[in-house]
This record gives sequence, C-alpha cells and structure tokens, in this order.
Amino acid sequence: MSARVTWATALRVLTQLRRDPRTIVLLLGVPPFLLTLLKGAYHQDPATFQHVGGPLVGLFPFTTMFVVTSITMLRERTTGTLERLMSLPLAKLDLLFGYGIAFAAVAVVQAVLTSAYAFGLLGLDTAGPAAAVVALAVGNALLGMSLGLFVSAFARTEFQAVQFMPAIVFPQLLLCGLFVARDQMIGVLQIVADTMPLTYAFEALQSVTTTGTLGSRGALDVSVIAGSILLLLALGALTLRRRTP
Amino acid sequence: MAAGGGTAIVVEGLRVRRGGRPVLHDLSFGVASGSVTGLLGPSGCGKSTLMRAIVGVQVVEAGRVEVLGADAGSPPLRAGVGYVTQAPSVYGDLSVRENLRYFARVLGAPAERIEAAIGTVALGAQADQVVGSLSGGQKARASLATALLGEPDLLVLDEPTVGLDPVLRRDLWATFRELAAAGTTLLVSSHVMEEAEHCDELLLMREGELLAEESPDSLRARSGRERLDEAFLALIEEREAR
Repeated sequence: MSARVTWATALRVLTQLRRDPRTIVLLLGVPPFLLTLLKGAYHQDPATFQHVGGPLVGLFPFTTMFVVTSITMLRERTTGTLERLMSLPLAKLDLLFGYGIAFAAVAVVQAVLTSAYAFGLLGLDTAGPAAAVVALAVGNALLGMSLGLFVSAFARTEFQAVQFMPAIVFPQLLLCGLFVARDQMIGVLQIVADTMPLTYAFEALQSVTTTGTLGSRGALDVSVIAGSILLLLALGALTLRRRTP
Repeated sequence: MAAGGGTAIVVEGLRVRRGGRPVLHDLSFGVASGSVTGLLGPSGCGKSTLMRAIVGVQVVEAGRVEVLGADAGSPPLRAGVGYVTQAPSVYGDLSVRENLRYFARVLGAPAERIEAAIGTVALGAQADQVVGSLSGGQKARASLATALLGEPDLLVLDEPTVGLDPVLRRDLWATFRELAAAGTTLLVSSHVMEEAEHCDELLLMREGELLAEESPDSLRARSGRERLDEAFLALIEEREAR
C-alpha cells in the first residue's frame, strides 16, 4: 500500500464526480427534498415524523453511496480501467481506501447539509449533538460504499447494479425499525433484522436523536457497523482479481 | 533493462481456455529484448488473449510465460510492463491530462513524463478535453499515452494503430522504433499485414496457433512473395495442404 496511490485515487474519484454536476445536485438535494415530503405526509402526526425523520438524516448516505459506488465500480470493470489498474503497481487496498476517502468526503458534505436543513429549518429535533448524527452518517456512507463495492462484482450491467438497490437496500430499510419497531414484527423477521448491518446503524441513530447518547447497546452498534465495513471491504478486495478468465 | 541481445519474453507450452473453449493451443516462442515484434493474424485468432497472458492478467491453463526474467504478472513487473488494451481503458469523464496525472501518480512517474507522453501521441491540443468527447482514434492515443508514462522496459500494445490516420500511424511507428532503439521491447498486435513491414520480427497467428516466427525478409524469401499479406496467405495454404 502507498499513501501516494491511495490519495491519488481519492482525488481521481472526486474529480470524476465534479465532472458530473447533475449527480452532485441530486446527491445533495434529494435527502432534504425527501425529508420535506415526509414532514408534509406526517403533518397530523409530528411524533412519528420525529421518530422516522431524525434517524433518516443519518441513513441517506447509506443508500446514495451504495448506488454511486456499485455503478462507479461496475464502470471500472466494464471500461477496462480496473484491468489496467490491476496490471499496475497499485495495491487493492489503495483502490478501496481511495474510494473510501472520496465517498466519505462526499458523505460529510451530504450529511452536514441534510442535518443543517432537517434540524435547523424543518423542525426536526435531536437530543444528541448534530455532529454525532453526521459522524454516524459518515459511518453509514462507508457501510453503503463497501456493500456497493462488493455486490458490484455480481452485476454485469448497470441495469443489474441498479436493481441491487431494491433487492439489498430496501429489505434493510424496511426491517431496521425505521417504520415498525422490531419487537412488533413476526419473530422470524426479528431474527433476519438482527443479521442486517443497517439495523445497528438505525439503532445507534435512534438512540442519539431521542436520548442524546449511544445508549447501552452503543458499543455493540458501533462495532457491528465498523466490523461490517471491514468485512465487506475484505470481501470486496477478493472480487478484485489481477488475473481474469 | 537495456537491449543486450537477451530475451524479453519466453513463452513455453502456453494453453489458454476462455469460456470453456480452447483459445491458445500450446504456443512456444521468444521475443528478443529491444526489438519490435509484430503479432499478426485475423481478428479472433487469440492475439489479445496471448497479450493478456504476457501481461499476466489472463488465467492460463498450462505453460510458462516469463517476462524480463520473472513470471508474467508478478509484482516486480507491474511498473516495468506497459499494456494498452484494444478498447481504450482510460476514464471517459476525466481530461487527457487528468487521466495521465492519475496514472503517473500510480506509477510513481515524474510529472514531466505527462507532457512528454502527450507530445508523443500528439494530443497537445486536446490535453484538457474530457476523454469521453474525443474521437475513437484520440481515445486510443490517450490510452497509449498512459502506457508510456512509466518508461517501461516492455510495451505490449494491442492494435494501437487501428482507426488512426496514415500520418499519425507513420509517426507512431517511428516512435515505436525510437523506443526500441533506446532499449524498450515492443510487442505490437495488428490484423493489418501492412504493419508487419515496420517490425523486426513477426509472430503470425491463426486460430490460436503460431504459423510462423520470423523476420519480414525471411518470410518473403521463404514464401517467394514480395507482399507480406500474400506471404501470409501462402503460409496458410501450405499448412492446410499438409
């Protein structure tokens, strides 16, 4: 591994993103837009808006970085740039960490803007500091990125990669406790939810926004998020092959 | 590595299957250091697969590929072997210069190599244009430029002159000759026999097999044909008659 190559990769990914202003506008604009819709939809039930909206601020980066990374990585594979990189003195970790740094930077901007809008203008409350929500959001961005990186190896086309979003992200959003508390689900789904990393991300966000601290399960939540990122990055590295059939 | 009359590439008993189908059947040959070797044959004959095996990105079934004294694709070779795929493998959403800057950093090549490579492929006027907006030939040259950054000892170029205008093609071949004179070994593939003229040695391939490994002059003398495309045809007919 080399700091020079990792850093160069992060800058390259950010330069590519800069070339695509429409994607930047969507990345930064869609979360506040969706929160506004949610406020309007729950206008007779502000308590539920607080319950769903607060954690949602920190969950957006998970879904956006999942899609952005799986498509970007798929492009690296299909345009031959990945094959070129694999024939150069670049460590797989240079590539993975380069992506990580670039998308974490984007996630910081996205989460800061979204939480400033949500907690400042939209009337959402957080018991804990907004900075903690942003920090968890960045963790979730890295989680989405590493998951997207790994599953992109199983997509041949961009159509397939986009379909991984409803297939892999939506079940986690539905079962993590955002819409229905987990203890009210049928038993088997509670077990399924316990195996999904987003469940722990939601739990941590909910705890911070409602009680102000990570709570008694905070250590578990944070270690599951961090462990999942590392595991998925390791699995992602396995899908980067120097030699292909 | 300077041209010392040594062998840059040694291939022995190389067999490759792709998609369950044999693509290379038991190939053996050598490529001399500091030479320009042309890999010629029709589309689909296995040229690209052979080049992938030499660069070390191809899973091989059997055989040995040794490059610059090491196993093909081994870590020490990654800085010393330049590889240009047939489809341009550069980032379409970056400019030519941004692409080169990135690959130069990956290679650890000094920044002045970037301008030199741009000059070599004659993309000075397009250097700040986004690659996606360039013509096919310009994209191919941008891709070629990235392989020149590290001043590699071996350059493996898959159809680098396809779709280029004749003047540029001539200039590129002149560049290849200069690189070889400076000690770089070049393996250049083409499906156009006219290109064979520029090479020191030829590897003629057909359907995954090597038909000949010799210089253009020797091929002419052996076949009794002045034109290399006719000589290649004669070679195929001779083999099929057997």
